[in-house]
Amino acid sequence: MKRQVPLMLVFTLALVMIVQYFVPNDFSLDTNEFLLKWIIIIGIFAMALGIWSLIRVSYEKIRRRVPGWQYPIATLLGLAAMIVFGFDYGRHFYTQEGLENYMFIHLFQYIIIPIQATMFSLLAFYIASAAYRAFRARSVLATVLLLAALIVMLRFNPYLGTFGVYLEKTTSWLLNVPNLAAKRAIIIGLGLGAVATALKVMLGIERAYLGRD
Amino acid sequence: MNNSRIWSIVIFAAAVLIFGLSWIIIGSQAGHNLTDAFLVTVAAFLTLSILSFLYKDNPYYKFAEHLFVGVSAAYWMSVGFWSTFVGNLLPRISPSLCTYFGVPYKGFDIFFFIPLILGVFLLMRLSSKMGWLSRWSLAFIVGTTAGLNLIRYLRSDFISQVSNTFVPLVTDWRGIGPFFSDFSLSITGQFAMSLSNWVIFVGVFCGLIYFFFSKEHKGAFGYASRMGIWVLMITFGASFGYTVMGRVSLLVGRLTFLFHDWLGLVK
Repeated sequence: MKRQVPLMLVFTLALVMIVQYFVPNDFSLDTNEFLLKWIIIIGIFAMALGIWSLIRVSYEKIRRRVPGWQYPIATLLGLAAMIVFGFDYGRHFYTQEGLENYMFIHLFQYIIIPIQATMFSLLAFYIASAAYRAFRARSVLATVLLLAALIVMLRFNPYLGTFGVYLEKTTSWLLNVPNLAAKRAIIIGLGLGAVATALKVMLGIERAYLGRD
Repeated sequence: MNNSRIWSIVIFAAAVLIFGLSWIIIGSQAGHNLTDAFLVTVAAFLTLSILSFLYKDNPYYKFAEHLFVGVSAAYWMSVGFWSTFVGNLLPRISPSLCTYFGVPYKGFDIFFFIPLILGVFLLMRLSSKMGWLSRWSLAFIVGTTAGLNLIRYLRSDFISQVSNTFVPLVTDWRGIGPFFSDFSLSITGQFAMSLSNWVIFVGVFCGLIYFFFSKEHKGAFGYASRMGIWVLMITFGASFGYTVMGRVSLLVGRLTFLFHDWLGLVK
């Protein structure tokens, strides 16, 4: 019951999803749509589980006074504020215009966006330092990497004039031809890997998702 | 009190003073109210806190990082709740709850109780006795996704990619005479098009050989594998250049915010 039912469920549902693709009638299309909607709905409960886990972990850190226990207070305060604003708007919250609460939108705009964008922009510095170490053209292959990167980066330079036009064409060729070829090779490998993994899961060879008893 | 503690207090006091003043100055300007000014100041503080990581890991960075975790988790939870739970589930199971939340009722559908029940099963993970029930919900997600991915990856990542690799190696061939008489190096010319197709075909083939580890990369196989590395290096270089430019543009965005929206130094 604890392990066999989930395994049977996985096999049956995977088979249903495969068969519905080969039998494209109204019933199979509806089934596909239903199942996909259900996954999203179950996902919301998974999200609630994640929030609960975050609260518990943060609370435990504060309770045990572990080093840096003050920081989880910020996590809990941010979580509480966003939940209060996100849910407090009540009945009129869900509208055609979407999530409309003033503070909810502004907390997103002035907390989430700045932090996220700055975190990603931090990578510009680290990438520059990594580039200095990696791009010293010590071998032919490193030189190829360096040249490709330089061409792609320089094409955005507005001061290059006619040379910039050639760079733009070269970049376009680099991205559409050799880049496409290598990416295609990677994607074919990934595709085969994904299919093999899906088959392993479907046939019950891969059972990590069941966890331990 | 040791030196580092004194410095921490001085830096904290300076931060409070600077951002407090900033709040007051921005708030007193025409076209701003105190709430907007506060939010802009908070955003500037958080931006600088994250940037301070360039010096070293510090309490301001940790604070911003932890705040981000809490706020973004609750944000996605709220969005998910209102758009999926209220938007998709309730209109199919409860007219009274639809009226309460002000969403249109779409008619009763008993099948929508299945994800509701499976969702509740998932929450059973919190119980030590009934935790095994959550495996049913996971099995539902895993099974459906596995079946869906098997077909999707086979079609889009394997069959379509292989099929698109088999391109004409000599495009628009009208004989040897026209080929040389119309010879052109332009990107749309016959020569460039044929060359591009050769690079794609050989590049994919050699790239795949590079990733094939069941045979030793020696002889002709080794040459093809080395050619594969060349193509991969061009790709990694191009992707690197693209990523750098993306990150730099984000940095420009943040600096624009600091100097334009917050400090007002750039008009």
